[in-house]
Amino acid sequence: MTEVSLAELCIFACSEAFRNNGEIIATGVGPVPRLAASLAKLTHSPELMMTDGEAYLVEQPVPLGPRKYDDRKAAGHLPFSRFFDAAVWTGRRHAMVTPTQLDRFGQINLSYLGGTYDKPKTQMLGVRGFPGNTIYHANSFFFPAHTARTFVPGEVDMVSGVGYNPAKRVAGGNYSGVDLRMIVTNLCVMDFGGKDNAIRVVSLHPGVTFEQVQEATGFPLEKGDLGETALPGKEALDIIASLDPHNIRASVIKDNPPARRA
Amino acid sequence: MLDKRMTAADIVGQLSDGMTIGIGGWGPRRKPMALVREILRSDLKDLTVVAYGGADVGMLCAAGKVKKLVFAFVSLDAIPLEPWFRKAREAGQIEVLELDEGMFQWGLKAAAFGLPFLPTRVGLGTDLAELGGLKTVQSPYADGETLVAMPALKLDVALIHANRSDWRGNVHLFGPDSYYDEWFAKAAAKTYVSCEELVDRMEDHYPDQAHFNIFERCFVSGVVEIPGGAHPSSMPPAYGWDMKAFKAYADAAREPGDWSAVADRFVGATEEAYLESIGGKEAVAALPLPIF
Repeated sequence: MTEVSLAELCIFACSEAFRNNGEIIATGVGPVPRLAASLAKLTHSPELMMTDGEAYLVEQPVPLGPRKYDDRKAAGHLPFSRFFDAAVWTGRRHAMVTPTQLDRFGQINLSYLGGTYDKPKTQMLGVRGFPGNTIYHANSFFFPAHTARTFVPGEVDMVSGVGYNPAKRVAGGNYSGVDLRMIVTNLCVMDFGGKDNAIRVVSLHPGVTFEQVQEATGFPLEKGDLGETALPGKEALDIIASLDPHNIRASVIKDNPPARRA
Repeated sequence: MLDKRMTAADIVGQLSDGMTIGIGGWGPRRKPMALVREILRSDLKDLTVVAYGGADVGMLCAAGKVKKLVFAFVSLDAIPLEPWFRKAREAGQIEVLELDEGMFQWGLKAAAFGLPFLPTRVGLGTDLAELGGLKTVQSPYADGETLVAMPALKLDVALIHANRSDWRGNVHLFGPDSYYDEWFAKAAAKTYVSCEELVDRMEDHYPDQAHFNIFERCFVSGVVEIPGGAHPSSMPPAYGWDMKAFKAYADAAREPGDWSAVADRFVGATEEAYLESIGGKEAVAALPLPIF
Protein backbone atom coordinates (compact mmCIF):
# COMPACT_ATOMS: atom_id res chain seq x y z
CA MET A 1 0.00 0.00 0.00
CA THR A 2 1.26 3.48 -0.84
CA GLU A 3 2.14 5.72 2.04
CA VAL A 4 -0.53 8.10 3.36
CA SER A 5 0.21 11.64 2.21
CA LEU A 6 0.11 14.72 4.41
CA ALA A 7 -2.68 16.08 2.20
CA GLU A 8 -4.76 12.96 2.90
CA LEU A 9 -4.09 13.30 6.62
CA CYS A 10 -5.29 16.91 6.41
CA ILE A 11 -8.44 15.95 4.49
CA PHE A 12 -9.22 13.35 7.15
CA ALA A 13 -8.56 15.85 9.97
CA CYS A 14 -10.64 18.56 8.26
CA SER A 15 -13.55 16.16 7.79
CA GLU A 16 -13.86 15.98 11.60
CA ALA A 17 -14.88 19.65 11.60
CA PHE A 18 -18.13 18.62 9.91
CA ARG A 19 -19.08 15.90 12.42
CA ASN A 20 -22.35 16.41 14.31
CA ASN A 21 -23.13 19.65 12.48
CA GLY A 22 -26.69 18.60 11.66
CA GLU A 23 -28.56 19.47 8.47
CA ILE A 24 -26.51 22.41 7.33
CA ILE A 25 -24.69 23.38 4.14
CA ALA A 26 -21.10 22.15 4.36
CA THR A 27 -18.97 24.33 2.10
CA GLY A 28 -15.35 23.41 1.50
CA VAL A 29 -13.53 25.96 -0.66
CA GLY A 30 -10.42 24.51 -2.29
CA PRO A 31 -9.50 20.85 -2.87
CA VAL A 32 -8.70 19.80 0.72
CA PRO A 33 -11.74 21.45 2.40
CA ARG A 34 -14.05 20.25 -0.37
CA LEU A 35 -12.78 16.67 -0.16
CA ALA A 36 -13.08 16.89 3.64
CA ALA A 37 -16.74 17.94 3.53
CA SER A 38 -17.47 15.24 0.97
CA LEU A 39 -15.68 12.60 3.05
CA ALA A 40 -17.66 13.66 6.12
CA LYS A 41 -20.92 13.29 4.22
CA LEU A 42 -19.98 9.86 2.88
CA THR A 43 -18.86 8.54 6.27
CA HIS A 44 -19.95 9.89 9.65
CA SER A 45 -22.33 12.72 8.68
CA PRO A 46 -24.71 11.82 5.83
CA GLU A 47 -27.13 14.53 7.01
CA LEU A 48 -24.81 17.24 5.67
CA MET A 49 -26.01 19.22 2.67
CA MET A 50 -23.70 20.44 -0.07
CA THR A 51 -23.69 21.98 -3.50
CA ASP A 52 -22.14 20.77 -6.72
CA GLY A 53 -19.85 23.84 -6.59
CA GLU A 54 -22.43 25.83 -8.49
CA ALA A 55 -26.15 26.15 -7.81
CA TYR A 56 -27.51 22.66 -7.16
CA LEU A 57 -27.66 20.63 -3.97
CA VAL A 58 -26.34 17.10 -4.34
CA GLU A 59 -26.66 14.07 -2.07
CA GLN A 60 -23.74 12.33 -3.79
CA PRO A 61 -20.67 14.60 -3.42
CA VAL A 62 -19.23 15.71 -6.74
CA PRO A 63 -15.66 14.54 -7.47
CA LEU A 64 -12.92 17.06 -8.29
CA GLY A 65 -11.71 17.72 -11.80
CA PRO A 66 -12.89 17.05 -15.34
CA ARG A 67 -15.67 14.55 -15.91
CA LYS A 68 -18.91 14.21 -17.73
CA TYR A 69 -21.17 17.16 -16.96
CA ASP A 70 -24.15 14.89 -16.58
CA ASP A 71 -22.53 13.11 -13.65
CA ARG A 72 -24.05 15.67 -11.32
CA LYS A 73 -27.40 14.66 -9.91
CA ALA A 74 -29.30 17.55 -8.39
CA ALA A 75 -31.50 16.86 -5.38
CA GLY A 76 -32.15 20.51 -4.61
CA HIS A 77 -31.50 24.03 -5.76
CA LEU A 78 -29.47 26.62 -3.87
CA PRO A 79 -28.47 29.41 -6.26
CA PHE A 80 -26.57 32.49 -5.09
CA SER A 81 -29.81 34.41 -5.58
CA ARG A 82 -31.12 32.55 -2.49
CA PHE A 83 -27.86 31.88 -0.67
CA PHE A 84 -28.07 34.58 1.98
CA ASP A 85 -31.73 33.95 2.83
CA ALA A 86 -31.36 30.17 2.89
CA ALA A 87 -27.89 29.36 4.15
CA VAL A 88 -25.79 32.24 5.41
CA TRP A 89 -28.11 34.60 7.26
CA THR A 90 -30.04 31.72 8.84
CA GLY A 91 -26.83 30.24 10.23
CA ARG A 92 -27.39 26.93 8.41
CA ARG A 93 -23.87 26.61 7.07
CA HIS A 94 -20.33 25.66 8.03
CA ALA A 95 -17.66 26.93 5.65
CA MET A 96 -14.03 25.85 5.54
CA VAL A 97 -11.86 28.33 3.70
CA THR A 98 -8.25 29.50 3.27
CA PRO A 99 -7.86 33.21 3.96
CA THR A 100 -4.60 35.01 3.20
CA GLN A 101 -4.01 36.02 6.82
CA LEU A 102 -5.34 34.99 10.23
CA ASP A 103 -4.43 36.61 13.56
CA ARG A 104 -4.53 35.59 17.24
CA PHE A 105 -8.18 36.69 17.50
CA GLY A 106 -9.23 34.54 14.54
CA GLN A 107 -9.72 37.65 12.45
CA ILE A 108 -9.12 36.88 8.78
CA ASN A 109 -8.14 38.85 5.70
CA LEU A 110 -8.53 38.26 2.00
CA SER A 111 -9.05 41.84 0.84
CA TYR A 112 -5.64 43.47 0.56
CA LEU A 113 -2.11 43.39 2.01
CA GLY A 114 -0.24 46.52 3.03
CA GLY A 115 -0.92 50.09 1.95
CA THR A 116 -4.33 51.64 2.57
CA TYR A 117 -7.99 51.12 1.68
CA ASP A 118 -7.60 53.72 -1.08
CA LYS A 119 -4.27 52.44 -2.34
CA PRO A 120 -3.48 48.90 -1.25
CA LYS A 121 0.00 47.56 -1.81
CA THR A 122 -1.38 44.19 -2.93
CA GLN A 123 -5.03 43.92 -3.90
CA MET A 124 -6.54 40.49 -3.38
CA LEU A 125 -10.08 39.22 -3.93
CA GLY A 126 -12.10 41.57 -1.77
CA VAL A 127 -13.93 40.59 1.41
CA ARG A 128 -16.39 38.41 -0.55
CA GLY A 129 -18.93 36.97 1.92
CA PHE A 130 -16.56 36.69 4.90
CA PRO A 131 -18.08 39.47 7.06
CA GLY A 132 -21.49 37.80 6.81
CA ASN A 133 -20.22 34.24 7.07
CA THR A 134 -18.31 34.94 10.25
CA ILE A 135 -21.11 36.74 12.10
CA TYR A 136 -23.78 34.20 11.15
CA HIS A 137 -22.42 30.67 10.90
CA ALA A 138 -19.63 28.26 11.77
CA ASN A 139 -16.27 28.63 10.04
CA SER A 140 -13.12 26.54 9.95
CA PHE A 141 -9.86 27.03 8.14
CA PHE A 142 -7.28 25.05 6.22
CA PHE A 143 -3.78 26.32 5.47
CA PRO A 144 -1.42 24.24 3.31
CA ALA A 145 1.63 26.22 4.51
CA HIS A 146 1.77 27.14 8.18
CA THR A 147 3.96 30.27 8.39
CA ALA A 148 4.09 33.54 10.31
CA ARG A 149 3.15 35.30 7.06
CA THR A 150 -0.24 33.61 7.31
CA PHE A 151 -0.54 33.42 11.12
CA VAL A 152 0.46 37.03 11.50
CA PRO A 153 1.72 38.88 14.57
CA GLY A 154 -0.51 41.77 15.66
CA GLU A 155 -3.68 41.94 13.59
CA VAL A 156 -4.48 41.15 9.97
CA ASP A 157 -4.11 44.05 7.51
CA MET A 158 -7.83 44.31 6.73
CA VAL A 159 -10.28 42.62 9.08
CA SER A 160 -12.54 40.82 6.57
CA GLY A 161 -14.01 38.31 9.01
CA VAL A 162 -15.19 38.66 12.60
CA GLY A 163 -12.98 37.18 15.27
CA TYR A 164 -12.84 37.25 19.06
CA ASN A 165 -11.19 40.67 19.35
CA PRO A 166 -13.04 42.64 22.06
CA ALA A 167 -11.68 45.93 20.71
CA LYS A 168 -13.47 45.33 17.38
CA ARG A 169 -16.86 44.64 18.89
CA VAL A 170 -19.20 47.59 18.51
CA ALA A 171 -21.23 47.84 21.72
CA GLY A 172 -24.77 46.47 21.48
CA GLY A 173 -24.03 44.23 18.49
CA ASN A 174 -25.13 40.61 18.54
CA TYR A 175 -22.10 38.36 18.16
CA SER A 176 -23.80 35.16 19.31
CA GLY A 177 -23.39 33.67 15.81
CA VAL A 178 -19.60 34.00 15.79
CA ASP A 179 -18.41 30.41 15.82
CA LEU A 180 -14.83 29.73 14.76
CA ARG A 181 -14.23 26.01 15.00
CA MET A 182 -11.09 24.37 13.68
CA ILE A 183 -7.82 25.25 11.96
CA VAL A 184 -5.99 22.50 10.12
CA THR A 185 -2.54 23.20 8.68
CA ASN A 186 0.32 21.16 7.24
CA LEU A 187 1.70 20.98 10.81
CA CYS A 188 -1.18 20.55 13.23
CA VAL A 189 -4.82 20.88 14.21
CA MET A 190 -5.87 23.88 16.31
CA ASP A 191 -9.10 25.22 17.76
CA PHE A 192 -10.28 28.33 19.59
CA GLY A 193 -10.61 26.60 22.95
CA GLY A 194 -7.91 28.54 24.80
CA LYS A 195 -8.45 31.36 27.30
CA ASP A 196 -10.92 33.91 25.87
CA ASN A 197 -11.07 31.87 22.64
CA ALA A 198 -7.31 31.92 22.18
CA ILE A 199 -5.97 29.59 19.51
CA ARG A 200 -4.71 26.32 20.92
CA VAL A 201 -2.91 23.40 19.34
CA VAL A 202 -4.95 20.25 19.90
CA SER A 203 -3.01 17.70 17.88
CA LEU A 204 0.32 17.56 16.10
CA HIS A 205 0.77 15.79 12.79
CA PRO A 206 3.12 12.77 13.07
CA GLY A 207 6.72 13.89 13.55
CA VAL A 208 5.91 17.56 14.27
CA THR A 209 6.72 19.21 17.61
CA PHE A 210 4.84 22.01 19.37
CA GLU A 211 7.99 24.12 19.14
CA GLN A 212 8.04 23.80 15.36
CA VAL A 213 4.42 24.96 15.21
CA GLN A 214 5.09 27.88 17.56
CA GLU A 215 8.14 28.83 15.52
CA ALA A 216 5.99 29.08 12.38
CA THR A 217 3.31 31.21 14.07
CA GLY A 218 3.38 34.98 14.58
CA PHE A 219 1.66 34.88 17.99
CA PRO A 220 1.81 32.70 21.11
CA LEU A 221 -0.19 29.48 20.94
CA GLU A 222 -1.79 27.60 23.79
CA LYS A 223 -1.20 23.89 24.30
CA GLY A 224 -4.11 21.47 24.31
CA ASP A 225 -3.79 17.74 24.97
CA LEU A 226 -1.40 17.50 22.02
CA GLY A 227 -2.15 14.02 20.79
CA GLU A 228 -0.99 12.87 17.39
CA THR A 229 -3.36 13.70 14.51
CA ALA A 230 -5.09 10.48 13.44
CA LEU A 231 -4.18 8.87 10.12
CA PRO A 232 -7.00 8.00 7.74
CA GLY A 233 -7.78 4.28 7.42
CA LYS A 234 -8.33 2.33 4.23
CA GLU A 235 -12.03 3.19 3.95
CA ALA A 236 -11.36 6.94 4.16
CA LEU A 237 -8.41 6.73 1.75
CA ASP A 238 -10.49 4.83 -0.80
CA ILE A 239 -13.27 7.42 -0.59
CA ILE A 240 -10.77 10.27 -0.94
CA ALA A 241 -9.26 8.59 -4.01
CA SER A 242 -12.68 8.10 -5.58
CA LEU A 243 -13.57 11.77 -5.01
CA ASP A 244 -10.25 12.95 -6.43
CA PRO A 245 -9.54 10.70 -9.41
CA HIS A 246 -7.03 13.15 -10.91
CA ASN A 247 -5.04 13.32 -7.65
CA ILE A 248 -5.41 17.09 -7.38
CA ARG A 249 -4.73 16.67 -3.65
CA ALA A 250 -1.09 15.88 -4.49
CA SER A 251 -0.58 19.48 -5.62
CA VAL A 252 -1.94 21.17 -2.48
CA ILE A 253 1.04 20.91 -0.11
CA LYS A 254 4.54 21.70 -1.40
CA ASP A 255 6.32 18.54 -2.63
CA ASN A 256 3.34 16.38 -1.55
CA PRO A 257 5.13 14.97 1.53
CA PRO A 258 4.08 11.83 3.43
CA ALA A 259 1.87 12.18 6.52
CA ARG A 260 4.75 11.39 8.85
CA ARG A 261 7.42 14.05 8.82
CA ALA A 262 10.94 12.60 8.45
CA MET B 1 -47.86 47.52 -28.48
CA LEU B 2 -45.05 48.91 -26.37
CA ASP B 3 -41.88 48.56 -28.33
CA LYS B 4 -38.72 48.96 -26.22
CA ARG B 5 -36.27 47.87 -28.88
CA MET B 6 -33.07 49.90 -29.00
CA THR B 7 -29.56 49.47 -30.34
CA ALA B 8 -26.58 49.09 -28.00
CA ALA B 9 -25.46 52.55 -29.13
CA ASP B 10 -28.92 53.98 -28.28
CA ILE B 11 -28.61 52.49 -24.81
CA VAL B 12 -25.16 53.90 -24.18
CA GLY B 13 -26.45 57.20 -25.58
CA GLN B 14 -28.84 57.31 -22.61
CA LEU B 15 -25.91 57.28 -20.16
CA SER B 16 -23.99 60.33 -19.06
CA ASP B 17 -20.77 61.16 -17.27
CA GLY B 18 -20.88 60.69 -13.51
CA MET B 19 -23.79 58.22 -13.53
CA THR B 20 -24.09 55.27 -11.15
CA ILE B 21 -24.28 52.11 -13.24
CA GLY B 22 -25.14 48.67 -11.88
CA ILE B 23 -23.94 45.69 -13.88
CA GLY B 24 -25.69 42.33 -13.44
CA GLY B 25 -24.10 38.89 -13.45
CA TRP B 26 -21.45 37.53 -11.08
CA GLY B 27 -17.68 37.41 -11.65
CA PRO B 28 -17.18 35.63 -15.01
CA ARG B 29 -20.88 34.76 -15.40
CA ARG B 30 -23.86 36.38 -17.16
CA LYS B 31 -22.20 39.75 -17.72
CA PRO B 32 -23.71 42.18 -20.25
CA MET B 33 -20.29 42.43 -21.88
CA ALA B 34 -21.51 43.71 -25.27
CA LEU B 35 -23.07 46.72 -23.49
CA VAL B 36 -19.89 47.15 -21.45
CA ARG B 37 -17.88 47.10 -24.68
CA GLU B 38 -20.21 49.76 -26.08
CA ILE B 39 -19.43 51.93 -23.02
CA LEU B 40 -15.74 51.29 -23.65
CA ARG B 41 -16.19 52.57 -27.23
CA SER B 42 -17.80 55.78 -25.91
CA ASP B 43 -16.44 58.94 -24.27
CA LEU B 44 -18.28 58.26 -21.00
CA LYS B 45 -16.27 58.91 -17.85
CA ASP B 46 -16.40 59.35 -14.06
CA LEU B 47 -18.79 56.45 -13.63
CA THR B 48 -19.69 54.86 -10.32
CA VAL B 49 -19.84 51.14 -11.05
CA VAL B 50 -21.77 48.77 -8.79
CA ALA B 51 -21.08 45.11 -9.54
CA TYR B 52 -20.26 41.60 -8.39
CA GLY B 53 -17.21 42.17 -10.50
CA GLY B 54 -15.50 40.29 -13.28
CA ALA B 55 -13.91 41.47 -16.52
CA ASP B 56 -16.63 44.14 -16.80
CA VAL B 57 -15.08 45.92 -13.82
CA GLY B 58 -11.51 45.17 -14.90
CA MET B 59 -12.02 46.62 -18.38
CA LEU B 60 -13.87 49.73 -17.20
CA CYS B 61 -11.14 50.37 -14.60
CA ALA B 62 -8.37 49.77 -17.15
CA ALA B 63 -9.97 52.21 -19.58
CA GLY B 64 -10.17 54.93 -16.92
CA LYS B 65 -13.98 55.04 -16.98
CA VAL B 66 -14.42 54.42 -13.26
CA LYS B 67 -14.40 57.10 -10.60
CA LYS B 68 -15.77 54.88 -7.88
CA LEU B 69 -16.35 51.16 -7.55
CA VAL B 70 -18.84 49.47 -5.21
CA PHE B 71 -17.81 45.81 -4.91
CA ALA B 72 -17.49 42.70 -2.75
CA PHE B 73 -14.99 40.95 -5.03
CA VAL B 74 -13.62 41.20 -8.53
CA SER B 75 -12.67 37.78 -9.88
CA LEU B 76 -12.59 35.58 -12.96
CA ASP B 77 -12.92 32.38 -10.85
CA ALA B 78 -10.22 30.22 -12.43
CA ILE B 79 -8.11 33.40 -12.54
CA PRO B 80 -8.92 34.42 -8.96
CA LEU B 81 -7.41 37.90 -8.98
CA GLU B 82 -8.71 40.19 -11.74
CA PRO B 83 -5.44 41.70 -12.99
CA TRP B 84 -6.68 44.99 -14.48
CA PHE B 85 -8.78 45.76 -11.39
CA ARG B 86 -5.72 44.99 -9.31
CA LYS B 87 -3.59 47.43 -11.25
CA ALA B 88 -6.15 50.20 -10.86
CA ARG B 89 -6.41 49.55 -7.11
CA GLU B 90 -2.68 49.35 -6.50
CA ALA B 91 -2.23 52.63 -8.42
CA GLY B 92 -4.81 54.26 -6.13
CA GLN B 93 -6.73 55.16 -9.27
CA ILE B 94 -10.30 54.56 -8.06
CA GLU B 95 -12.42 55.33 -5.02
CA VAL B 96 -14.05 52.26 -3.53
CA LEU B 97 -16.84 51.12 -1.29
CA GLU B 98 -16.02 47.54 -0.35
CA LEU B 99 -18.98 45.47 0.83
CA ASP B 100 -19.78 41.93 1.89
CA GLU B 101 -21.63 39.98 -0.86
CA GLY B 102 -24.74 39.76 1.27
CA MET B 103 -24.69 43.44 2.31
CA PHE B 104 -24.38 44.31 -1.36
CA GLN B 105 -27.65 42.63 -2.33
CA TRP B 106 -29.24 44.10 0.81
CA GLY B 107 -28.28 47.57 -0.46
CA LEU B 108 -29.87 46.79 -3.83
CA LYS B 109 -33.03 45.67 -2.03
CA ALA B 110 -33.13 48.88 0.05
CA ALA B 111 -32.92 50.85 -3.19
CA ALA B 112 -35.61 48.69 -4.81
CA PHE B 113 -38.00 49.39 -1.94
CA GLY B 114 -37.18 53.10 -1.79
CA LEU B 115 -35.73 52.79 1.71
CA PRO B 116 -32.71 54.80 2.89
CA PHE B 117 -31.13 51.67 4.37
CA LEU B 118 -31.80 48.17 5.62
CA PRO B 119 -30.40 46.94 8.94
CA THR B 120 -28.00 44.01 9.13
CA ARG B 121 -25.54 42.39 11.50
CA VAL B 122 -23.09 41.98 8.66
CA GLY B 123 -20.07 44.23 8.87
CA LEU B 124 -19.92 44.39 12.67
CA GLY B 125 -16.62 43.18 14.05
CA THR B 126 -14.78 43.84 10.77
CA ASP B 127 -13.08 46.85 9.18
CA LEU B 128 -15.83 47.24 6.58
CA ALA B 129 -18.13 49.66 8.36
CA GLU B 130 -15.38 52.02 9.45
CA LEU B 131 -13.54 52.01 6.13
CA GLY B 132 -16.74 52.40 4.15
CA GLY B 133 -18.21 55.09 6.40
CA LEU B 134 -21.23 52.90 7.18
CA LYS B 135 -23.27 54.00 10.21
CA THR B 136 -25.07 51.91 12.78
CA VAL B 137 -28.66 52.07 14.05
CA GLN B 138 -30.17 50.80 17.26
CA SER B 139 -33.26 48.62 17.31
CA PRO B 140 -36.12 50.64 18.87
CA TYR B 141 -37.53 47.44 20.41
CA ALA B 142 -36.69 45.81 23.70
CA ASP B 143 -33.62 44.01 22.32
CA GLY B 144 -31.91 47.34 21.58
CA GLU B 145 -29.54 45.60 19.17
CA THR B 146 -26.96 47.70 17.33
CA LEU B 147 -26.98 46.99 13.61
CA VAL B 148 -25.20 48.27 10.53
CA ALA B 149 -27.45 50.50 8.41
CA MET B 150 -26.66 49.27 4.91
CA PRO B 151 -27.39 52.28 2.68
CA ALA B 152 -29.52 51.87 -0.43
CA LEU B 153 -27.43 51.27 -3.55
CA LYS B 154 -29.50 53.45 -5.82
CA LEU B 155 -28.60 53.03 -9.47
CA ASP B 156 -29.20 55.46 -12.30
CA VAL B 157 -29.02 52.59 -14.74
CA ALA B 158 -28.71 48.81 -14.56
CA LEU B 159 -27.33 46.73 -17.43
CA ILE B 160 -28.35 43.08 -17.64
CA HIS B 161 -27.85 40.26 -20.12
CA ALA B 162 -30.93 38.01 -20.27
CA ASN B 163 -31.55 34.72 -22.04
CA ARG B 164 -34.51 36.15 -23.91
CA SER B 165 -36.90 39.06 -24.04
CA ASP B 166 -39.76 40.31 -26.14
CA TRP B 167 -40.14 43.80 -27.59
CA ARG B 168 -42.06 44.96 -24.51
CA GLY B 169 -39.36 43.87 -22.07
CA ASN B 170 -40.89 40.61 -20.87
CA VAL B 171 -37.62 38.92 -20.00
CA HIS B 172 -36.79 35.28 -19.36
CA LEU B 173 -33.72 34.49 -17.27
CA PHE B 174 -32.75 30.86 -16.92
CA GLY B 175 -29.69 28.72 -16.33
CA PRO B 176 -28.81 27.45 -12.86
CA ASP B 177 -28.50 30.87 -11.21
CA SER B 178 -29.59 34.38 -12.11
CA TYR B 179 -27.62 35.90 -9.19
CA TYR B 180 -28.96 39.36 -8.26
CA ASP B 181 -30.06 40.55 -11.72
CA GLU B 182 -33.62 40.96 -10.46
CA TRP B 183 -32.51 43.35 -7.75
CA PHE B 184 -30.19 45.33 -10.00
CA ALA B 185 -33.23 45.88 -12.24
CA LYS B 186 -35.41 47.00 -9.34
CA ALA B 187 -32.72 49.20 -7.76
CA ALA B 188 -32.27 51.21 -10.96
CA ALA B 189 -34.16 54.20 -12.33
CA LYS B 190 -33.74 52.59 -15.75
CA THR B 191 -32.72 49.09 -16.73
CA TYR B 192 -31.45 48.13 -20.16
CA VAL B 193 -31.41 44.49 -21.17
CA SER B 194 -29.39 42.80 -23.86
CA CYS B 195 -30.51 39.28 -24.66
CA GLU B 196 -29.55 36.15 -26.55
CA GLU B 197 -32.94 35.99 -28.24
CA LEU B 198 -35.52 38.69 -28.92
CA VAL B 199 -39.09 37.81 -29.90
CA ASP B 200 -42.06 40.02 -30.75
CA ARG B 201 -44.60 38.62 -28.28
CA MET B 202 -43.34 36.30 -25.54
CA GLU B 203 -46.79 34.70 -25.11
CA ASP B 204 -46.81 33.59 -28.74
CA HIS B 205 -43.45 31.83 -28.42
CA TYR B 206 -42.88 30.59 -24.87
CA PRO B 207 -46.23 30.66 -23.05
CA ASP B 208 -45.25 27.71 -20.85
CA GLN B 209 -42.09 29.32 -19.49
CA ALA B 210 -43.43 32.44 -17.81
CA HIS B 211 -41.84 31.37 -14.50
CA PHE B 212 -38.52 32.45 -16.04
CA ASN B 213 -39.82 36.04 -15.97
CA ILE B 214 -38.00 36.85 -12.73
CA PHE B 215 -38.59 40.60 -12.97
CA GLU B 216 -41.47 42.34 -14.64
CA ARG B 217 -41.40 44.56 -17.72
CA CYS B 218 -42.16 47.74 -15.74
CA PHE B 219 -38.51 47.47 -14.67
CA VAL B 220 -37.22 47.35 -18.25
CA SER B 221 -36.64 50.53 -20.25
CA GLY B 222 -34.96 49.11 -23.32
CA VAL B 223 -34.01 45.81 -24.95
CA VAL B 224 -31.54 44.77 -27.61
CA GLU B 225 -30.81 41.36 -29.10
CA ILE B 226 -27.10 40.52 -28.95
CA PRO B 227 -26.42 36.78 -29.28
CA GLY B 228 -23.06 36.06 -27.66
CA GLY B 229 -23.42 39.33 -25.78
CA ALA B 230 -22.04 37.91 -22.53
CA HIS B 231 -18.77 36.76 -24.11
CA PRO B 232 -16.19 36.14 -22.66
CA SER B 233 -18.36 35.50 -19.58
CA SER B 234 -20.71 32.50 -19.46
CA MET B 235 -24.39 32.52 -20.34
CA PRO B 236 -25.82 29.15 -19.38
CA PRO B 237 -27.37 27.20 -20.92
CA ALA B 238 -26.36 28.88 -24.19
CA TYR B 239 -22.58 28.87 -23.69
CA GLY B 240 -19.80 28.65 -21.13
CA TRP B 241 -17.09 31.18 -20.39
CA ASP B 242 -14.14 31.59 -22.74
CA MET B 243 -11.22 30.82 -20.44
CA LYS B 244 -8.75 31.20 -23.32
CA ALA B 245 -10.00 34.73 -23.91
CA PHE B 246 -9.89 35.51 -20.16
CA LYS B 247 -6.33 34.21 -20.03
CA ALA B 248 -5.23 36.36 -22.97
CA TYR B 249 -6.90 39.34 -21.29
CA ALA B 250 -5.18 38.58 -17.97
CA ASP B 251 -1.80 38.04 -19.65
CA ALA B 252 -2.14 41.42 -21.38
CA ALA B 253 -2.27 43.08 -17.96
CA ARG B 254 1.32 41.94 -17.41
CA GLU B 255 2.58 42.32 -20.97
CA PRO B 256 2.23 44.95 -22.38
CA GLY B 257 0.26 46.10 -19.33
CA ASP B 258 -1.10 49.11 -21.15
CA TRP B 259 -4.84 49.02 -21.89
CA SER B 260 -4.70 51.46 -24.81
CA ALA B 261 -2.32 49.08 -26.60
CA VAL B 262 -4.69 46.10 -26.29
CA ALA B 263 -8.18 47.63 -26.04
CA ASP B 264 -8.82 46.95 -29.69
CA ARG B 265 -8.33 43.20 -29.13
CA PHE B 266 -10.75 43.02 -26.22
CA VAL B 267 -13.30 45.65 -27.27
CA GLY B 268 -13.12 46.03 -31.06
CA ALA B 269 -14.14 49.02 -33.14
CA THR B 270 -17.68 47.63 -33.34
CA GLU B 271 -19.46 44.65 -31.79
CA GLU B 272 -19.54 42.99 -35.22
CA ALA B 273 -15.77 43.40 -35.52
CA TYR B 274 -15.30 42.03 -32.01
CA LEU B 275 -17.47 38.98 -32.69
CA GLU B 276 -15.68 38.35 -35.96
CA SER B 277 -12.30 38.53 -34.21
CA ILE B 278 -13.30 35.69 -31.86
CA GLY B 279 -14.73 33.49 -34.60
CA GLY B 280 -18.30 34.72 -34.77
CA LYS B 281 -21.36 33.96 -32.67
CA GLU B 282 -21.11 30.29 -33.68
CA ALA B 283 -17.76 30.09 -31.88
CA VAL B 284 -19.36 31.61 -28.78
CA ALA B 285 -22.30 29.22 -28.96
CA ALA B 286 -19.83 26.31 -29.10
CA LEU B 287 -18.10 27.23 -25.81
CA PRO B 288 -18.78 24.35 -23.40
CA LEU B 289 -20.46 24.98 -20.07
CA PRO B 290 -17.95 24.87 -17.20
CA ILE B 291 -17.81 21.84 -14.92
CA PHE B 292 -17.23 22.38 -11.23
